[in-house]
Amino acid sequence: MAKEFSYLNMKREYSYIGKSLKRTDILDKVTGRGKFAADLKFSNMLYGKLIRSTEAHARIIKIDTSEAEKLPGVRAIITAKDVPSIKYGLSPARYDENIFCIDKVRYYGDKIGAICAVDEETLYKALKLIKVEYEVLPAVFTPAEAAKPDAPQIFEEYPGNINTEIHLEFGDVEKAKQEAYYIRTDRLQGQRTLHGFIEPHCSIAYWEGKRVTIHSAHQSAHYLQHHIARIFDMKEGDVRVVLPYIGGGFGGKVDISGLDIAAVALSKITGQPVKMFYDLEEVWYNGRARHGMDMKYTTGVTKEGKILFVENETILDGGAYTGLGVASAYYAGALLTVLYDFDNYRFDAYRYVTNLPPCGAQRGHGQPHPRYAFESHLDHIAEDLGMDPIEIRLINARKANTVTPNGYEVKSYYLKEANEMARDASGWKDKKGKLPVGRGIGVGNGGFVTGAGYCMYRTDLPHSVAMIKIYDDGTHAIVYTNAVDIGQGSDTVLTQMAAQAMGYPYEDITICTRDTDLSTLDFGAYASRQTLMAGWAVKRAGEDVKRKILAQAAEMLKVKEDGGYRFGKLTPEELDCEEGIVFVKQEPAVNITFAEVARAYFVKHGVLIGRGYYHPGKLGGTHKGAAVGTSPAYSSATQVAEVEVDMETGLTKVVGTWDVHDSGFVVNPQLLHGQVHGAFSMGIGETIWEKVVFDEKGKVLNGNFAEYRLPTALDMPYVESLVLDTFEPNGPWGVKEVGEGATTPTLGCVANAVYDAIGVRISELPLTPEKIWRALKEKEAKEKGGK
Amino acid sequence: MAEFVVGEDGIKRYLVSITVNGIKYTKVVKANSLLVNFLREDLNLTGTKRACEQGDCGACTVLLDGKPVNSCMVLTVSVDGREVTTVEGLASNDKLDILQEKFIEHSAPQCGFCAPGILMSAKALLMKNPNPTEYEVREAIAGNLCRCTGYVHYVEAILDAAAASQERKDGKNG
Ligand code: FES
Ligand code: FES
Repeated sequence: MAKEFSYLNMKREYSYIGKSLKRTDILDKVTGRGKFAADLKFSNMLYGKLIRSTEAHARIIKIDTSEAEKLPGVRAIITAKDVPSIKYGLSPARYDENIFCIDKVRYYGDKIGAICAVDEETLYKALKLIKVEYEVLPAVFTPAEAAKPDAPQIFEEYPGNINTEIHLEFGDVEKAKQEAYYIRTDRLQGQRTLHGFIEPHCSIAYWEGKRVTIHSAHQSAHYLQHHIARIFDMKEGDVRVVLPYIGGGFGGKVDISGLDIAAVALSKITGQPVKMFYDLEEVWYNGRARHGMDMKYTTGVTKEGKILFVENETILDGGAYTGLGVASAYYAGALLTVLYDFDNYRFDAYRYVTNLPPCGAQRGHGQPHPRYAFESHLDHIAEDLGMDPIEIRLINARKANTVTPNGYEVKSYYLKEANEMARDASGWKDKKGKLPVGRGIGVGNGGFVTGAGYCMYRTDLPHSVAMIKIYDDGTHAIVYTNAVDIGQGSDTVLTQMAAQAMGYPYEDITICTRDTDLSTLDFGAYASRQTLMAGWAVKRAGEDVKRKILAQAAEMLKVKEDGGYRFGKLTPEELDCEEGIVFVKQEPAVNITFAEVARAYFVKHGVLIGRGYYHPGKLGGTHKGAAVGTSPAYSSATQVAEVEVDMETGLTKVVGTWDVHDSGFVVNPQLLHGQVHGAFSMGIGETIWEKVVFDEKGKVLNGNFAEYRLPTALDMPYVESLVLDTFEPNGPWGVKEVGEGATTPTLGCVANAVYDAIGVRISELPLTPEKIWRALKEKEAKEKGGK
Repeated sequence: MAEFVVGEDGIKRYLVSITVNGIKYTKVVKANSLLVNFLREDLNLTGTKRACEQGDCGACTVLLDGKPVNSCMVLTVSVDGREVTTVEGLASNDKLDILQEKFIEHSAPQCGFCAPGILMSAKALLMKNPNPTEYEVREAIAGNLCRCTGYVHYVEAILDAAAASQERKDGKNG
């Protein structure tokens, strides 16, 4: 057999990519100059808030706003009767949300209406004067309650409270069961968490004639524009979305929030700009964060530990509405086949609606919990077979240039190498099985799509479009793309790519983004898509500029005959451009500046513009739901964590972490490492202590950063972030994702390290001191009893 | 206590004089005015961020007479006659503070929402302790939550800033 083509170790050097160049937005961010949504002010601006339900499940009998209306300074109060009754959402098959609740509320915090006033103080006073009368209905707060035959029905359209049901089988699981040497089942639970960005949502809208402009803390200018146009029955061209700097998103600023819709409606009625905002606590209600999941895995392996089949049953607590939830449910099972190479797979999932705030996407959409569950399960199988955890992962890791049983084409994929590198960097061999009681080491694998193969709604639009304009005299370039920088650094990476593609200095480029009037279509920041998708569009736009520059320069440069060259006119193919200089490839001393050429082009043709676009084409399998999980490229990653557990108190401290990422070509190493650091901190918090807690009425009990504690600088361990030198043929210059994939292995690797430290598996996240303490006591009692 | 007037609405308003970033402002504020809102709304200094509004996140950290405080937990009237420094006051003219330079070099902020608060906490630390250990740096910014960065580049940048300003001082003395 011919040797497989490998995309490993293809060392490449470039002028502007593969380098940690300075962030484009950094000066704004260290001087306080950069504006976030809440920092914006418009003359005559009003302040608005949503009127939110104080019951989890109830019929609305009466909304009395009369007292509030009398308060001087209150400008408008609106409820369902004042706005279109259209339903919206993010999954077209499940548009199930009204702008404001029409007949009943479905969770504590549900949107009943909105109010605006001249200042915040009046606003809060008025809110207290609004009286809502309810007929309280029985509520359900867990999938188990929702599934009971006599459970109250939350939506007519979801009988049995089942919002999404999935039954998929690939290969022949029953047959594989007969062949398996060893079969094991584990059931684990992942909790409902929160994105935990520090900036609460904020949205400002104002009208000018028939057009509305919205400034919003949002992850996608395009989806916001599309849905606002749809909801208000407007043309997309009449909706302008401008996104200021975004204070983190992690998936929590993808949904069309009630704020955006209410701002548009209230500013229409009042004729004034309206700023709608959440207090931090409201983010817990409207944040659409990670689904709680109950996951059961049954896996059969050979004697050597090779996986023959996997059965996966997952139940998701969806909360009250769908949002992105259908995708979350499919994602929960879709990507296991990418990580590990096995033929027989069954995936059954149920997403229930409950009377809790709706869940949606959080960093690593649908992956971190299933990764935690399966990586824990795999460790148990390895242990039962007497294998090292890394050994069993090496045997099963998917290889490059393969197709998964559910139809995903995987090009570059170096999970095996990632495991080996993480093993060596972390000192695994000297630690595994050799650490004292209370100290442990664990491994976890993960990865993610590099962009979703399909738009969230049905369309033939390209996923990303870019344009580059060169100034008249050639001394500056503007890159246009509506890719959204939510902190991950896409503005910087795309500017680097533009510089590279044009052969034009990075410092002479400005990026114009996040404005649907001024810039060009991109679907935005979700599914770890921008470096690859917007990257392609920008690269092609840059190459278009370069093509025009070389053609123009060919008319301007001359080469002497004794230079071993023709005299007179050159062809563009004989030229190249790097770092702002156009030169003859055979004779670089013959050159001219990009700026001079660009000016000459301008004089002759008018403005010099490059255009690029990207569409991933048709991807993936043909089964129902195949669209979720298809992607032009898949990243992979291995993480190792070392923990110390206090055997008296159950307190876990993560002391060391190692990440090896197979991210394709790395455009900006410093930014990549930043993503990994942040992913570890989120993943560590989620493993050890983060969980959204509700009371018996469905009210959030820990809706603040004192009780929903994010990791602080003192909680963070030593972090080592390493990259494999890989190349992805479907990415511009070989790039793949890192931002979301880096969160996916963390929960599993930290949980495995805790298991290694204490010798008991806690099957439900988070691994709080209380749970660990109880588990240790139980273990002790059992051991005593056994003697 | 600051002087006050009672308006037609019966609400007491206080006359305060506060020096912010070296400039003295004399303003009339209500008793319930919070320093964070005073800075952001009355003075338009929006570099100071407002997020949790209950002292948990540190996004609103400013220096009050050189000490870091959560400005969402401070009543404006209580700082009458005192000195406040915000992120806008860190750079002098066009010269960035060494911390800002190092934040840039290490690409410390990502979304940057937490950056002004972390800068101010770090500034307070270095003023008091020019040569901190890594633990002291972590402790100093432990009240500033950041969801993006895991604090790794922040800690490196602050340590580097401390080292660089020590070097500069040594250079001057030698
Ligand atoms: S806004 Fe002041 S501490 Fe969070
Ligand atoms: S950089 Fe985003 S919160 Fe710190």
